[in-house]
Amino acid sequence: MSEVVISVRELTKRFGDFTAVDSISFDVHRGEIFGFLGANGAGKTTAMRMLCGLSFPTSGSGTVAGYDVMHQGEEIKRHIGYMSQRFSLYNDLTVWENINLFAGIYGLSKSETKERAAELLERLNFASERNTIVGSLPLGWKQKLSFAIATIHRPEVVFLDEPTGGVDPMTRRQFWELIYEAAEGGTTIFVTTHYMDEAEYCSRVSIMVDGQVRALDTPAKLKQQFAAQSMDEVFRTLARGAKRAE
Amino acid sequence: MRTFLVLFQKEFLQIRRNPFMPKLIIIFPIMIMLLMPLVMTMDVKNVNVAVVDLDRSTTSRRIASHIEASEYLTLATTTAEFPLAMQALEQGDVDVIVQIPDHFERDMISSTAKRISISANAVNATKGGMGMQYVVQTIARTLVELRGEKSPIEISELVTIENRYNPTLNYRHYMIPALMIILFILVCGFLPALSIVGEKEVGTIEQINVTPVSRLTFTLGKLSPYWLIGLFVLTVAMIVARLVYGLAPLGSVGLIYLGAALFILVISGFSLTIANFSETMQQSMFVMFFFIMLFMLMSGLLTPVDSMPLWAQHFTIILPPRYFIDILRSVYLKGTTLVDMWQNFAALGIFAIVFNTLATLTYKKQA
Repeated sequence: MSEVVISVRELTKRFGDFTAVDSISFDVHRGEIFGFLGANGAGKTTAMRMLCGLSFPTSGSGTVAGYDVMHQGEEIKRHIGYMSQRFSLYNDLTVWENINLFAGIYGLSKSETKERAAELLERLNFASERNTIVGSLPLGWKQKLSFAIATIHRPEVVFLDEPTGGVDPMTRRQFWELIYEAAEGGTTIFVTTHYMDEAEYCSRVSIMVDGQVRALDTPAKLKQQFAAQSMDEVFRTLARGAKRAE
Repeated sequence: MRTFLVLFQKEFLQIRRNPFMPKLIIIFPIMIMLLMPLVMTMDVKNVNVAVVDLDRSTTSRRIASHIEASEYLTLATTTAEFPLAMQALEQGDVDVIVQIPDHFERDMISSTAKRISISANAVNATKGGMGMQYVVQTIARTLVELRGEKSPIEISELVTIENRYNPTLNYRHYMIPALMIILFILVCGFLPALSIVGEKEVGTIEQINVTPVSRLTFTLGKLSPYWLIGLFVLTVAMIVARLVYGLAPLGSVGLIYLGAALFILVISGFSLTIANFSETMQQSMFVMFFFIMLFMLMSGLLTPVDSMPLWAQHFTIILPPRYFIDILRSVYLKGTTLVDMWQNFAALGIFAIVFNTLATLTYKKQA
């Protein structure tokens, strides 16, 4: 097996008496596309926020890109990209201004920023939209831009929280092409989704139910294990057992 | 450094793109400085006086004509019937009634003379009280004048009155520094809080929190545009004060800017602290309003701290605008120098450090 980039052991997050994430453990390897599945409220986003240094774990341990999630949150942030569920670039800035802002925050020099922005706009076929206000772009374009900006500093891991929610099938396909490209370049992808066809694209998939990881393997092996035709069936078999309401 | 610059640039772009902000920043100070000094006045003018003249002598007529001539008093009516005047008072047409008893002129020199009676409507305590004083002064002057005509010594020459520092007792000159502070509180107090909480509501703050940007850099990038705007607003306000009201600082302009710079730090740090504790705009606005009421009404902007109850006077020690208003009024009206009021600057400095430390500490990137 190749190098481990994310390693999690018994990671737990409690809010009061509610255990959002209940002692999860797994490893993710370099260059993998790791699908992180689960019904709404299963604890995916909370788990992901802990890995990104946005939320302190209640107990357990974990490392991301070699840094401890408990104590080295800021170091982790230097080495990861994150794309949240909600579109969170600045709607009142142009495409270029958003790129420049985040490139600057990640410490890219002016010339590096220019170079990468040009390359990025080229790859997305966005060159003509360089000075468009982001708020006026269609959702699918915004999501692609979000992804491109989340990877502008060439992070080791990118966390994508339901990146294709509400996006049309064409754009979703294009989006996944971007993900593959990044993974081939050695970036590890950690992605949550509700689309089971997307789960099939992942190298490995974990399925969370009620805050716990109930299944973890390649899509092919999971289907075999649950004697299912598709990931959809696997997911429904597991999710049916959920006690936690949405 | 580049991180700070891109954040600063981003903040400025957002302010500029906002359909409302640039207009607010320019029109707001001009409007406040043009309008408010005209209406926020404690000078009592147009006090309506009814003279109930039972004496009908030269003296009583002289008193009435002096009242008429006064720039503060208006002779509303002269009558011989007290009930008529009382009725006018009740209806609010008259603020003060002066009753001159019969044979006042004749008995004036004797010790048994009946007295002139003055009744004032004190529902509006300021107007009643001040109006009464003006009337007393006017009558006294008339009597002094009358006596002066009979004896060679003019009593009025025996007393001289001089108002130091605000020689014309112009209430506007007292209010303008307060208005400048109110402008600061609104521009540098409200806007940064709104901007931070706005980012929380839209979700962009999370994208920032997941980057390695330090809390200090982010805070500085957020606040520094508002510091510049604050100083711009001050400059506009000072120009309007000079051109429209002829009020120029007697002391050094540099001192005003130094005080302003400190005060802006204080108020924006305060604003940021509140924003860090607020999840929604409404919440942050209500909390800000609470404190702004305290700042406006208790720190001596509108009413002198010395006239407050003792406990309130002690309480004002923790209100930052109290120190800045002292600086502004002293420099503007007295021309005070730094040596004489370094304590005020020191106090603002301490507040600036406390609030900004608090703002940085309460900003949590990881929860």
